[in-house]
Amino acid sequence: MNDKILMKGNEAIGEAAILAGCRHYFAYPITPQNEIPAYMALRLPEVEGTFLQAESEVAAINMVFGASAAGARVMTSSSSPGIALKQEGFSYLAGAELPAVVVNMMRGGPGLGNISGSQGDYHQATRGGGNGDYKTIVLAPGTVQELADLTIKAFELADKYRMVAMILGDGYLGQMSEPLTLPKAVQNIPSKADWALTGPKGRAGRSIASLRLAPDDALYQHNMHLAEKYAQVEAAETMAESYLCDDADIVLCAYGTSARICRKAIKKLRSEGIKVGLFRPISLWPFPKKELAKVASGAKKLLTVEMSLGQMLDDIRLHSGKIPSEVDFYGTPGGALPKIETIIEKVRSYV
Amino acid sequence: MSKLIYTKPEALRPVKTHYCPGCGHGIVHKLIAQIIDELGIREDTLLVAPVGCAVLAYNYIDVDGLESAHGRAPAISTGLKRVHKDKIVICYQGDGDLLAIGAAETIHAANRGEDITVIFINNAIYGMTGGQMAPTSLEGQVTKTTPKGRDASEVGYPIRACEMLNTLVAPVYIERCAVYDVPHINKTKAAIRKALRYQKEGKGYSFVEILSMCPTNWGVDPVKGAEWVKEAMESYYPLAVFRDIPAGKVPELAAPEGTSAYERREEAR
Repeated sequence: MNDKILMKGNEAIGEAAILAGCRHYFAYPITPQNEIPAYMALRLPEVEGTFLQAESEVAAINMVFGASAAGARVMTSSSSPGIALKQEGFSYLAGAELPAVVVNMMRGGPGLGNISGSQGDYHQATRGGGNGDYKTIVLAPGTVQELADLTIKAFELADKYRMVAMILGDGYLGQMSEPLTLPKAVQNIPSKADWALTGPKGRAGRSIASLRLAPDDALYQHNMHLAEKYAQVEAAETMAESYLCDDADIVLCAYGTSARICRKAIKKLRSEGIKVGLFRPISLWPFPKKELAKVASGAKKLLTVEMSLGQMLDDIRLHSGKIPSEVDFYGTPGGALPKIETIIEKVRSYV
Repeated sequence: MSKLIYTKPEALRPVKTHYCPGCGHGIVHKLIAQIIDELGIREDTLLVAPVGCAVLAYNYIDVDGLESAHGRAPAISTGLKRVHKDKIVICYQGDGDLLAIGAAETIHAANRGEDITVIFINNAIYGMTGGQMAPTSLEGQVTKTTPKGRDASEVGYPIRACEMLNTLVAPVYIERCAVYDVPHINKTKAAIRKALRYQKEGKGYSFVEILSMCPTNWGVDPVKGAEWVKEAMESYYPLAVFRDIPAGKVPELAAPEGTSAYERREEAR
């Protein structure tokens, strides 16, 4: 039986969120992710959920904050400039240890930029633009199927670690239609009764806050607790795909849409007898350091391909174990796609 | 035979507060706790505390508390209430929070008619940060950031929150009170009681502005502080019930085509 259906990337995220048990969604319109709020506005009332168009991205992420504290599975989505605004909320969610799923369908920047797909927010997502020492789980899908599957995964991880999990896609991915098999509806959503705000029935009031003033080392200790949690995430939750890397002399390093383009180049290069593979991080934070080091150890040259001026490149340089001359870069900023021919020419030049 | 006529409300924790002498927050906290007791809603109440002097309100009022980023309390209250439709959500805010950094959240939560109660403490100054100009600082008022007095031609006029929100259709109850003496404290208590009762009955958005004292940042003693609210603030911020739709006080603007938001809500039931 073929249970595949054709769906637009952005809509697949919406349906997957509902299958994950998300019944609350708050967002502000921005291109190129407007199909997500439109889908949620139609679908959520059908499952007795709440769709609310907020007055701003800042308001939306704070509605998420409230709904998350109340114990709900909750999501917001936006695109690059809107995500910049939401980062205040990410920091507060991290400080208060509240789970939430955020979707960023990246567009060209800086500033208003354009509405084309881009990968210019890797640093923003993995390093975080909010204040303080905090981390966000960042998952980078490469297909519409993965948009759906990783949305389910994002809810699971957000609840497991009580932190923000982000789906980092781009405008191209959100706008493209592909066949997918919808994930199964999540049945066992973990109970949040031991911390969520539900009204203090039969107990003293409890609070959720990020302000920690007393005792003097309260905030220090809280940061150490967060660091311990982040270390657990780094140890347990990395995801990456290695494609034709076993015998590869040259490894392309790319995620999301860039990785799709690299695959085309690899097909052509392999037909010429050039041993080239693809390393595709799926979790951008935690970054798959060990997986990269393993793949890189057998390769002579790495080529990082990004729709940016070189952001994941920092992690490739840091964790591949390669010296700078062994790590090349090809990037296209401002919403432009990498060219297959350019990748092919670069790889040929290494042989 | 002795009869107990006064005691600490159950919903108020037996702890010291960090508030300064003569500050109005403690008075309002106690009023809220008393009403929570009277309405029997402690186990169903969620309190959103703002950035500002009342940021630790959840340490004093024994309900479930959530701390908000500066200005975002109405958005956070919206999230809470949309999940817990059967609970009582109190959105407690100060003047910088509610009218400056959070003006958009304030207007839109009111405009949606979120079924929450906003308690707005207007003391015409930023307290926590040490006495800077608030959106409600009076003309000529000296603050850390208006050392020569607030000059309206430079920084605009003090904003009247009740009057502004009273142009919207959705809110059901808007009243301005004060806590500078006992009769006014009693009136404030009645207003908060009404607002929370309306929420308990699912009537919609209510807004209670309370003119309050900040003697520390005004640089006066507590007695002078109370006098300043009465003499300087009250004339610019008149005490009034601006609307009380369930009780039939419906401003013209709130009833386009002869039907108030409240009436439409009732009809929809």
